[in-house]
Amino acid sequence: MAIILSEENKKEDRMMRDVYCSTLIDMAEEDNRIVVLDADLMKSLGMVSFWEAFPERTFNCGIQEANMIGIAAGLSATGKVPFTHTFCSFTTRRCLDQIFISAAYARLNMRIIGSDPGIAAAYNGGTHMSFEDMGIMRGIPKLTVIEPVDTVMLEDILRQVKDEYGVFYIRLMRKNAVKIYKEGSNFEIGKAIELKTGNDITLLTSGVLVAETLKAAEQLEGEGISCRVVNIFTLKPIDKEKIIECAEETGAIVTVENHNIINGLGSAVAEVLIENKLVPMERVGCEDEFGEVGPMEYLQQRYKMTALDIVKKSKRALSRK
Amino acid sequence: MLDERKKQKLKVFAEEIRLETLKEFRPLGFGHVGGAMSIVETLAVLYGEVMKIDPERPRWQERDWLVVSKGHSGPSVYSALALKGYFPLKELKTLNQPGTNLPSHCDRNKTIGIDMTTGSLGQGISTAIGVALGNRLDERTSYTYLILGDGELDEGQIWEGVLFAAHHKLDNLITFVDYNKKQLDGYTKDILDLGDIARKFREFGWHAQDVDGAEIGEIYTAVEKAKEAKGSPSVIVLHTIKGKGCTFAEDVFYNHHMIFSTKECDEAIDAVKARLNRMKRPYRGEKRGEESGYNSV
Repeated sequence: MAIILSEENKKEDRMMRDVYCSTLIDMAEEDNRIVVLDADLMKSLGMVSFWEAFPERTFNCGIQEANMIGIAAGLSATGKVPFTHTFCSFTTRRCLDQIFISAAYARLNMRIIGSDPGIAAAYNGGTHMSFEDMGIMRGIPKLTVIEPVDTVMLEDILRQVKDEYGVFYIRLMRKNAVKIYKEGSNFEIGKAIELKTGNDITLLTSGVLVAETLKAAEQLEGEGISCRVVNIFTLKPIDKEKIIECAEETGAIVTVENHNIINGLGSAVAEVLIENKLVPMERVGCEDEFGEVGPMEYLQQRYKMTALDIVKKSKRALSRK
Repeated sequence: MLDERKKQKLKVFAEEIRLETLKEFRPLGFGHVGGAMSIVETLAVLYGEVMKIDPERPRWQERDWLVVSKGHSGPSVYSALALKGYFPLKELKTLNQPGTNLPSHCDRNKTIGIDMTTGSLGQGISTAIGVALGNRLDERTSYTYLILGDGELDEGQIWEGVLFAAHHKLDNLITFVDYNKKQLDGYTKDILDLGDIARKFREFGWHAQDVDGAEIGEIYTAVEKAKEAKGSPSVIVLHTIKGKGCTFAEDVFYNHHMIFSTKECDEAIDAVKARLNRMKRPYRGEKRGEESGYNSV
């Protein structure tokens, strides 16, 4: 693992989906095991150029999410490495049993991409807004749950999972993420990354809220609070050692996630703390509500995922120290 | 066309599968008897004659695959596998015992020779399609055989798969529907009427045939015809009887999953053995009797 941090906290030029597509094309050119399956959202994920480059290895299943997952499982049984895609909400809620039985329980080998996590579903609204997908997926034995933060991480993770074996759920926004990592960084699945050092409190975060958490940390520093920030991009297997280390060294924890605080990062971290090192802990995220329609900025406020919310929860955790 | 000698051999194989399946169930006193019995003749045709397989190399890449989507018929599939030599016959006694390799529902990671994990109904069609697509992509000549239950056709995922397989002209996929007319809670016509199954598949673009699922020769011929149907997937609707050939099951209304006494099971075993003894006499040219045939329990 070699991490180079971007200090700017600015949006990337490239969209996540563009990097997803170009990386898959690149990998597929060298590895004919790679097959791509979608449920009528190839255009949404920007995968039309993959489809044109490898028509024989692209299966646009139509609007058949469950069938798509099963077909991918069958393809993997013959040695293929399938990447499936639909929105987070559909692939996890609708296809849970197919992912569980046909893929995971059968010990097959596939990568399940869910796009538009949580508030990134924005104008598609409540029906498409997944605040529960990672919770659903982490309940399946042996499944790996990853949330790449930006294009640098996404590309590195895609190249890594190509040659791994198992079922991987990869949750990603399609559009421009805030740049957190510089080119040349590489990552280790299951290992959390310390983005900022600090001694008074640790903010554990993931996905689109990493940038917001860094903003909150800056505010806290301004108030004299030494704040550590850690990116837990692998929800499962979670980096227990890092969480315990942060609890022991800073004595307070706040989790920040674009997900329901039930079953997601907050729950996963609480599970580690309660068995190892009890410290005051607070959770920032969707507080067991359904999603709704609107721009991401509005939704971030609506679901209390702003830097201000993170600061408030951090102070509360500190007051309980 | 299957010649008489081969047909006779497969009939014997079918009854042997039935016999071993009953012996599997016997120590437990319960099991998914109905559907395990109705599919026996088809398993005999597949494992006895049709499938390109090698029990010494269960994961041989060039093999034909079988996805038993009605995964609760595992016990009769295990009997066929053991009789073919995939694993010792004595292992059949471990069905559903703690630590067994033979669970109620088919599991590709536990049982040697099982190609796909099934048990949640409706999912086998999709995995079978995936296997057929994968083999086609790699230009293998393998066929993928798929066995669906009739009640399983209630599942929406089946019809997703039916639509997909036709669109992709998967002529290396040959599907059987075990149309024994009953699901767990009663007759399919009363629970959710399936209508004319073959016609429905035909409307979706499949090559479809109706056959007597107890007739070895008909099943074999149907498979041959299915292979000739280029450019479309094929379905063979097997008209079967749930609990077929099992004395304590065939005439019972609720025979999906049954509890039975050892005495009932022994009577059923004896009835199968008697049939086998009758069949084997002309076939092997042997005298009927305890020494040359199947002993009573």
